[in-house]
Amino acid sequence: MEKILVGLKRVVDYNVRVRVKGDGSGVETEGVKMSINPFDEIALEEALRIKERGEANEVVVVSIGSGEAQQQLRTGLAMGADRAILVETVATPDPLSCAHALLEIVKRENPELVILGKQAIDNDNAQTGQMLAALWGRPQGTFASKLEFNGGSVRVTREVDAGLDVIEVDLPAVITADLRLNEPRYVKLPDIMKAKKKPLDQIPLAELSVPDSPAIAETGFEPPAARERGIMVDDVAGLVGALNDKGLL
Amino acid sequence: MAKVLLIAEHDGTSLNPSTAKCVACAAEISGAEIEVAVFAESAGAIAAQAASLDSVSRVLSNEATANRGALAAVLAPQIVAMADSYDYIFGPSTTFGKDLMPRVAALLGVNQISDIMSVEGERVFKRPIYAGSAVVTVEAPAGVPVVATIRTASFRAVGAGNSAPVDAVDVSADIPDHTRFIASETGKSDRPDLQSASRVVAGGRALGSEENFDLIYKLADKLEAGVGASRAAVDAGYVPNEMQVGQTGRIIAPDLYIAIGISGAIQHLTGIKDAGTIVAINKDEEAPIFEVADIGLVGDLFNVVPELTEALD
Ligand SMILES: Cc1cc2nc3c(=O)[nH]c(=O)nc-3n(C[C@H](O)[C@H](O)[C@H](O)COP(=O)(O)OP(=O)(O)OC[C@H]3O[C@@H](n4cnc5c(N)ncnc54)[C@H](O)[C@@H]3O)c2cc1C
Ligand SMILES: Nc1ncnc2c1ncn2[C@@H]1O[C@H](COP(=O)(O)O)[C@@H](O)[C@H]1O
Repeated sequence: MEKILVGLKRVVDYNVRVRVKGDGSGVETEGVKMSINPFDEIALEEALRIKERGEANEVVVVSIGSGEAQQQLRTGLAMGADRAILVETVATPDPLSCAHALLEIVKRENPELVILGKQAIDNDNAQTGQMLAALWGRPQGTFASKLEFNGGSVRVTREVDAGLDVIEVDLPAVITADLRLNEPRYVKLPDIMKAKKKPLDQIPLAELSVPDSPAIAETGFEPPAARERGIMVDDVAGLVGALNDKGLL
Repeated sequence: MAKVLLIAEHDGTSLNPSTAKCVACAAEISGAEIEVAVFAESAGAIAAQAASLDSVSRVLSNEATANRGALAAVLAPQIVAMADSYDYIFGPSTTFGKDLMPRVAALLGVNQISDIMSVEGERVFKRPIYAGSAVVTVEAPAGVPVVATIRTASFRAVGAGNSAPVDAVDVSADIPDHTRFIASETGKSDRPDLQSASRVVAGGRALGSEENFDLIYKLADKLEAGVGASRAAVDAGYVPNEMQVGQTGRIIAPDLYIAIGISGAIQHLTGIKDAGTIVAINKDEEAPIFEVADIGLVGDLFNVVPELTEALD
């Protein structure tokens, strides 16, 4: 394989307790720690392992977002990616537009494999990979927990509600990474230094031919309905009693 | 009029309970006329089950060998070929629907709404984001079909007292051969299905081993409960992946959920926020799980769980 393309989205770190703004206009992201979407780290790790096994020559990371996403791309380069592309835009577009933008990058780069995360943990959409595969007219292997290459095709083990599914897809294809595909490596300090010299191209989103898609409007944000704080019991007898009181036994 | 095409989920032999929950959601759209499409190798029994669901006006049965294994790349073009006369195209927010519906949406050139948790208007819905830390109200654009997945834990299944007509359909669509179904490795268990069980007992990292998880199974069997787990327990290999509850596992809404040795990370809690009663057993009184538990017991699970199992005799 010549090239693998990996999507890296800049998102609020998964450890941050996200709060809705007082006026309901969005969630608080000011001064909050930002990271690579955890599933995208797994996607990149997988691409790097494929390359390290000698099954691919180049790993390119791409992010669509503001200039700040350069931080996440640099982290990706420090992990081991060869090159980065930032598709620059003020507000991160919706999944269909992201998929169109990724398709434009795919047309320029001609990768045999695109690995994305299964979902971005900010909007929890889980759409972009499937949309890219559809627009590209290529296979999708979503929620992947294992990849086995065999010439021009790849066997994908997928985590599904009932257990595991195995499918075979011809390359080029889009894979979306689930949690158990691998455990991403830690970035070492010397690699961060080295990453500064690796190429990072910036392309304004407006330069790519991304069609306007009818947008889904977000008209208000609210905190989730709170559960009332319950009772504490002292022992098993107390627990059985409380369950009985609620008619649950 | 609001014509809804709902894509049925099944395992090749019977209808998944997620479909009846999606019907309940669709029925909340005023004037909804709900048609259920069954794509299968052999659709008969599945279509009959779909036809029995209340509020369904028609079942479209589409039988083809290629439909085996429910591959998104195979189903999506067929759905698109049928899409013309519908205002809404819905699927469940299960791994089946999440895989399929975005592919359908992209082929139709529209965005997709993920995880509808409530219907607020003809084109207005609520959905959770940030692992359930926030709820956003979304409005789909007019003039294009609404393609969406439905968060099944937010809806109660409709009844099954209907007998809607079943029509065989034959859609002409280009079916790609670049994607092939190989196998399903699904866990077989005699216990109630995690997704639809009215009681669920779940264990976390604290169980410490696959053998120790027996404590969870024994309690579950006493309660005739399904069994779930945290991601930490799955990652450690105590239980298979289909038992994971949470943001990236199953989203469930049992009447009773008993969390044992689970700390209560936000990614776990998002999977159980619709449970009727949450019971937490944890030795750390500061564990975040106690913030959402209806009944909490601080104690060592290795003492508490056997004692509880015995007390239920
Ligand atoms: C992108 C992403 C997605 C995720 N998705 C999910 C998901 O879908 N589901 C999920 O569960 N997690 C998910 N996680 C992981 C989540 O953040 C937590 O790490 C995980 O839920 C912790 O599992 P746990 O509670 O079993 O383990 P811990 O957090 O280690 O908790 C163990 C608990 O057991 C208690 N304990 C220890 N010994 C005993 C004893 N003898 N008796 C009683 N109690 C005891 C401890 O006090 C502690 O509270 C996700 C994380 C990320 C980053
Ligand atoms: N703005 C973006 N930049 C780069 N990759 C993205 C972007 N948005 C989504 N992706 C990729 O698509 C995956 C799924 O995202 P989503 O469909 O938003 O849940 C993510 O895990 C990323 O790999």
